[in-house]
Amino acid sequence: MKRQVTGLILLLVLVAFLVWGMHLTHPFGYPGASDMDDYMIENAQEETGSNNVVAAVLFDYRLLDTLGEATILFTAVMGVLLLVRASKRKENNS
Amino acid sequence: MTEHIPLDFPFLAAALLMGISFYIIIFKKNLIKLIMGVAMLAAGVNLFLVALGYRAGGGAPIYTGIPKETMVLPVPQALTLTSIVINVAVLALMLTMVIRIYRHTGSLDSEKSRKLKG
Amino acid sequence: MLSKIVRTVTNGFMPIIIIFGLYIIAHGHLTPGGGFQGGAVVVSGVVMLLVAFNSQELKKSLRERVLSIMESSGALIFIGLAFAGIGTVFAYNLLVGSPIFGHIPPTGPNPGDIWTGGVIPLMNFAVGLKVIAGLSAVVLALALFSSGEEVEE
Repeated sequence: MKRQVTGLILLLVLVAFLVWGMHLTHPFGYPGASDMDDYMIENAQEETGSNNVVAAVLFDYRLLDTLGEATILFTAVMGVLLLVRASKRKENNS
Repeated sequence: MTEHIPLDFPFLAAALLMGISFYIIIFKKNLIKLIMGVAMLAAGVNLFLVALGYRAGGGAPIYTGIPKETMVLPVPQALTLTSIVINVAVLALMLTMVIRIYRHTGSLDSEKSRKLKG
Repeated sequence: MLSKIVRTVTNGFMPIIIIFGLYIIAHGHLTPGGGFQGGAVVVSGVVMLLVAFNSQELKKSLRERVLSIMESSGALIFIGLAFAGIGTVFAYNLLVGSPIFGHIPPTGPNPGDIWTGGVIPLMNFAVGLKVIAGLSAVVLALALFSSGEEVEE
């Protein structure tokens, strides 16, 4: 009982600290410095030729991040299939 | 009055999700509840990332619909997409390991699967 | 295996779900969407098939060799397109201005033209293949592993 009350008080302190810290970046709805995004909104149609600015950012301006994410997906699929398979050999050996 | 209290509702929702998931991860013992806590932490972080890039009175950054003066920032949305895919991959690996632990030790308690026996 | 009504409705619904997912993948440069989102829609259709039929029966249709070839070819097309513009820089968008996918849309809001976009629609297709094959293999492996002791080879 005492442990759970301590946990709840610590949770309230953590939530208050997080809300104050998130407000310090910028107040909600008025981003301060947005030079990079303004450049991307201006020039995405002439340089890449697509109407969707988010797809142009994901596949043209920041292609290396998408390449890393595809590698992570491939590695996770390989890891799951390896973990499922290993039980049959242990039953054959013992 | 609202200048002194920093009360932005999307930031409050993201902080509440993160706080509850920290409480679950620290104080609960069942392995399935721990995985649910990690998934909720991922949801809170994704909501915070999307809420960072909002411009007041804006619309989706796609040229088929609206003119270009009222678009929101497109880069945090691209980062959130990458984060969602990575969280799916990590959650799949965690679930596979929980199934293996249950087969090996026979219970879902995190206190019982601590000993390193051969 | 569930009853006959559920199986018949699932068989009737699957082409609609697959075509909807491929539509989201193909129009990734005009509307919200793209490779990852369309791949997730098709995988949710495969999960519906897994719930209606038994997982042992689905193992006969979705063989492991076909899924592995699909995933590897998706990754190879992605890296090949990134290396094709190596004359200028590593990940250069080389199809803007050329007659295949290279129209330039007029500035401002316009109804979209599907032949725009440069190298973006081809990369959407490659990432969609990779997501469909990878997540289908994971879902099928977990269903087989947790129900019986049948490990796929």
